Amino acid sequence: MDIPLASGPMLRPSSWRGAMLLRSQYPDASPICGGTDLMVDINFGRARPATLLDLTSVEGLDSWELIDDGRTVRIGAGVSFTSIIEELSDSCPALAQAARTVGSPQIRNRGTVAGNLATASPAGDCHPVLLACWAQVEVESVRGSRLIDIDDFFLGPKRCALEPDELIRAVLVPAATGPQQFAKVGPRNAMVIATVSFALNLDVAGRRVGTGIGSAGPTPLRARAAEQMLQDALADRWDGSGGVDQSVCRRFGDLVAEAASPIDDVRGSAEYRRHALAVLGRRCLSWALADLGGMDGEAAA
Amino acid sequence: MTVTETPTRITTPSVVDGVGASATRPDGVPKVDGSFIYSSDEYHDGSLWGVTLRSPHPRARVLAIDTSQATGIDGVRCVLTHRDVPGSKTYGMKVYDEPVLAFDEVRYQGEPVAVVAATHPEIARRACELIVVDYEELVPNTDPEMSLTGQVEGLFGGGLARHVRIRHGDVATARALADVVVEGRYEMGTQDPAFLGPESGLAVPLGDGGVELYVSCQNLHLDQQQVADCLGLPLDKVRLVLSGVGGAFGGKEDLNVHIHACLLALRTGRPVRMVYSREESFFGHVHRHPAIADIELGATRDGRLVFTKVRLVLDGGAYTSTSQVVIANGCYFAAGAYDVANVEIDGFATYTNNPPCGAMRGFGAVQSCYAIESAMDRLAGELGLHPLELRMRNAIGEGDVLPTGQPVDGPAPVQEILAYLRDLPLPAGADHEAADMRTRPGGVGNVTRGEGIRRGVGYALGMKAIGFSGGMDDTCTARVTVWIRDGEPVAEVYCAGPELGQGVVTLEAQIARTELGVRTVELRDKDTDIAESGASSASRQSWMTAGAVVGACGLVRDEILARAAAVLGRPAGELTLDGPEIHDPAGHPLVPVAEVLGPESVSHAFTYRHRPTEPVDDERGQGNAHVAFAYAAHRAIVDVDVELGLVKVVEMATAQDVGKAMNPAGVEGQIEGGTVQGLGLAVMEELQITGGRIRNPSFTDYLIPTMLDVPPMPMKIFEFPHPDSPYGLNGVGEPPNLSSTPAILNALRDATGLELPRAPVRPSDLITEPPVEGAGPE
Ligand SMILES: Cc1cc2nc3c(=O)[nH]c(=O)nc-3n(C[C@H](O)[C@H](O)[C@H](O)COP(=O)(O)OP(=O)(O)OC[C@H]3O[C@@H](n4cnc5c(N)ncnc54)[C@H](O)[C@@H]3O)c2cc1C
Repeated sequence: MDIPLASGPMLRPSSWRGAMLLRSQYPDASPICGGTDLMVDINFGRARPATLLDLTSVEGLDSWELIDDGRTVRIGAGVSFTSIIEELSDSCPALAQAARTVGSPQIRNRGTVAGNLATASPAGDCHPVLLACWAQVEVESVRGSRLIDIDDFFLGPKRCALEPDELIRAVLVPAATGPQQFAKVGPRNAMVIATVSFALNLDVAGRRVGTGIGSAGPTPLRARAAEQMLQDALADRWDGSGGVDQSVCRRFGDLVAEAASPIDDVRGSAEYRRHALAVLGRRCLSWALADLGGMDGEAAA
Repeated sequence: MTVTETPTRITTPSVVDGVGASATRPDGVPKVDGSFIYSSDEYHDGSLWGVTLRSPHPRARVLAIDTSQATGIDGVRCVLTHRDVPGSKTYGMKVYDEPVLAFDEVRYQGEPVAVVAATHPEIARRACELIVVDYEELVPNTDPEMSLTGQVEGLFGGGLARHVRIRHGDVATARALADVVVEGRYEMGTQDPAFLGPESGLAVPLGDGGVELYVSCQNLHLDQQQVADCLGLPLDKVRLVLSGVGGAFGGKEDLNVHIHACLLALRTGRPVRMVYSREESFFGHVHRHPAIADIELGATRDGRLVFTKVRLVLDGGAYTSTSQVVIANGCYFAAGAYDVANVEIDGFATYTNNPPCGAMRGFGAVQSCYAIESAMDRLAGELGLHPLELRMRNAIGEGDVLPTGQPVDGPAPVQEILAYLRDLPLPAGADHEAADMRTRPGGVGNVTRGEGIRRGVGYALGMKAIGFSGGMDDTCTARVTVWIRDGEPVAEVYCAGPELGQGVVTLEAQIARTELGVRTVELRDKDTDIAESGASSASRQSWMTAGAVVGACGLVRDEILARAAAVLGRPAGELTLDGPEIHDPAGHPLVPVAEVLGPESVSHAFTYRHRPTEPVDDERGQGNAHVAFAYAAHRAIVDVDVELGLVKVVEMATAQDVGKAMNPAGVEGQIEGGTVQGLGLAVMEELQITGGRIRNPSFTDYLIPTMLDVPPMPMKIFEFPHPDSPYGLNGVGEPPNLSSTPAILNALRDATGLELPRAPVRPSDLITEPPVEGAGPE
């Protein structure tokens, strides 16, 4: 008996069009960007792709641009976490903060938002931020291109709405119009998978509150009740005229915790996760309100 | 940050990079630039790859193994099971009880069942998947308390590997003298050595039916014996060569790829490489024993200990490895570095179907130090005494008698060590709102701007024996050869003491430079062609290797001087050797060594022995069992976020007596490394094992400290010369690993007011603020 080893070609398109064609020609190929998820799976014997579709040479995939009159940042699938930290800290502060918490410098130099999305781990650090910002995922196949709302993207643990012949081309993230926060709890002070994480976006221009919860459910989650409560509390105070107090922060934190459906696993108990989310929700809001200038007193605990 | 006493004893003043200097390690640059050959890099033309099939079950009967499908695959050269083991079917460091390949029953998850050699590692892996093993799953025994009964069916000894009893004074009577008694139960999870260089090696079959094995290990000769026994070959047909070791910490004292690689190589007639993957590595080596310690301390009101009672249970898992010695060592030091007249210690090592445990840095004393030092803080609290004050009042000193009846000899500068920590100023409190988030609990996670942070300070003191205890005839042999190259004497040092990263090769060269005054020293590969050096373990290798190299250098020097005496017509006793020249008593050069030796070389081997020790007796655990003792203490400063339970260790101050800092940079490295390994055990490192299964066998979920978790480590290195050792040195590697963990636990207790009975602490253990749910507005 002969065991077929990874004998397929290493596909390395230099243009997006080329990538699309190869994707349809080799439906079994695994796309690879930074390789920081895929190579781990290969090393652990969990993935044995016969063919790799290497996207790192695709022209333009590693750049970002402002579209929509500067209201949206279109981040190419090949943009590394390091570039996000260095170049997008002003327009996408929570995403940059999330990028800062990813892995180590080496991982941040290689890893991408697209890879994070396609892996679709409930613990992916970009996901809560993308939820909080109402991002859209731009995907494409030879059949055409479409935008997937982030709320429709995650289907289950490591499952997403990407079709087998599609590639992620970019992620569209509305530029910040107010304070944003991202916070992540892990038992180590760097290079740790989130036990839980939380993102908050005060969209001042849109008078909206966005949230995202990581590692506390089968998919990243949105804390809808918390968003609604805060939107009501902020109703006519989006200008920072004050009047929001600690009790709102606490209530907000509690609602964030309630939105989660965590489990017990090696990284923490469901109970701890809920507790920590309440603390993160409360703290993130107090910082965001302090930034907004609308909080009574200082951003104290 | 480091305070080091100035080195004092360099015998030859003109020597550069001699003993006492922070000489550059020969393996340093290659390890940084990537050119160092680790055992996983070993390569031989035409070599095959070996892969191990392991049991998925923690306990099962092996009914049948069908290898026919796997054997039929293109590229597979052989598939071996227990039937193919020609010699002893079992091996082990102390007891041969671990099967080379499982034959009747598998006793832990990950136990090797078959091995495959193929032309490509992936072919070998897939062939493994095609081996059909018919298992009858059995209920695993995983509770060490049950094993204590010694009646558990299916476990060796009914579950009890050893009971160690130490009786000193009379605890029952002493109770009446105690004004205060504290009790506590302290538990410790399973730590993994987590070396970065996985188990690996290359076996090369030799024409004469023998085999040569290039491997990373801690004791070439003990390994050679076990390999030869299992291969059914005489010792001289099995040659081991030390390959680059990427860390060991005790986890490479037991065999890993050794026998498997040799079996495959001998069967196929081809060289065979084996390299464990990261996940496999977690199953391929022993771990630190998880522990449960019950401890009772009695003291007078003024803080004098009157009795110490300890019950220590260490779970050794499926096979013996070194459990029986680890439990003994844990018991020897279970009463800590304190002078206490009445002591009762009962230690138990158990068998279960949990992953096997064995040697790991500290060797049982880590667990007992954690327990006694935790209890000492509880006692200090009860007495209203500062924890350091309580320790200073009871600290052991020279002449005090240990619970095993042995008087403490050699320097015991515990007061000095504690005084350094007492007098060291505390670091400034952090301004968390202003500070970089990397300085706060939670680090880059951005979880606090000062909310919920409490600071704590904690102390701990540790003591351990250096070298092999209990009557072992422990030897180390070195050969030193001197010849002339380009008019200058060159020395070669040959000694089998494994270099694991601790720097023994650096010391070998430093010693030769110092003893012979030579500038150029060459180090020969470490192998089994020379007599044994013993293990790089028990903090003993610097001491033992130094003894052997100093001895061999002395013989070489004597011969060179005798030859010079003959040439010069003067008594050898008047002559000294200083590098390239023979000197007279006034230090004037008389004749170059080159002229004395000409084309000849001088070569001598020397076997060093430390002073004899004796075993302790079974009834009361009494005996002069130890060669020497070493001491270290830590002061830990922590910041804890008491709402999230996250920790930032702010500073770890250490003081340790090393006798002589042979290589100060190396000593600092050992102290820093030991401290960090203890930090990991305090706040994150734990193999999570449920029902005998490891739930986190990867660096994704078995967390070890990163640079952001490692604090500044101010240290004081004391050099009180040890009377019995070469240069007065003492062992360095393990002591800093003992007190680090309890110092941090004590600091966390100080910060939170919680009892924290278990290490490592998890975030959920550290929360003091009530859950926010239901809490009203302020
Ligand atoms: C040491 C280490 C630490 C880590 N720490 C973190 C962390 O802290 N937080 C975190 O969130 N993650 C972490 N990760 C995981 C990983 O770095 C991230 O998920 C990263 O975003 C993956 O991006 P990548 O470009 O490397 O993906 P790749 O590994 O290249 O790909 C990942 C998956 O996405 C698919 N894919 C890639 N690009 C595309 C595309 N354009 N279209 C369609 N499918 C695509 C691949 O086929 C594969 O299935 C860590 C990984 C390592 C090894």
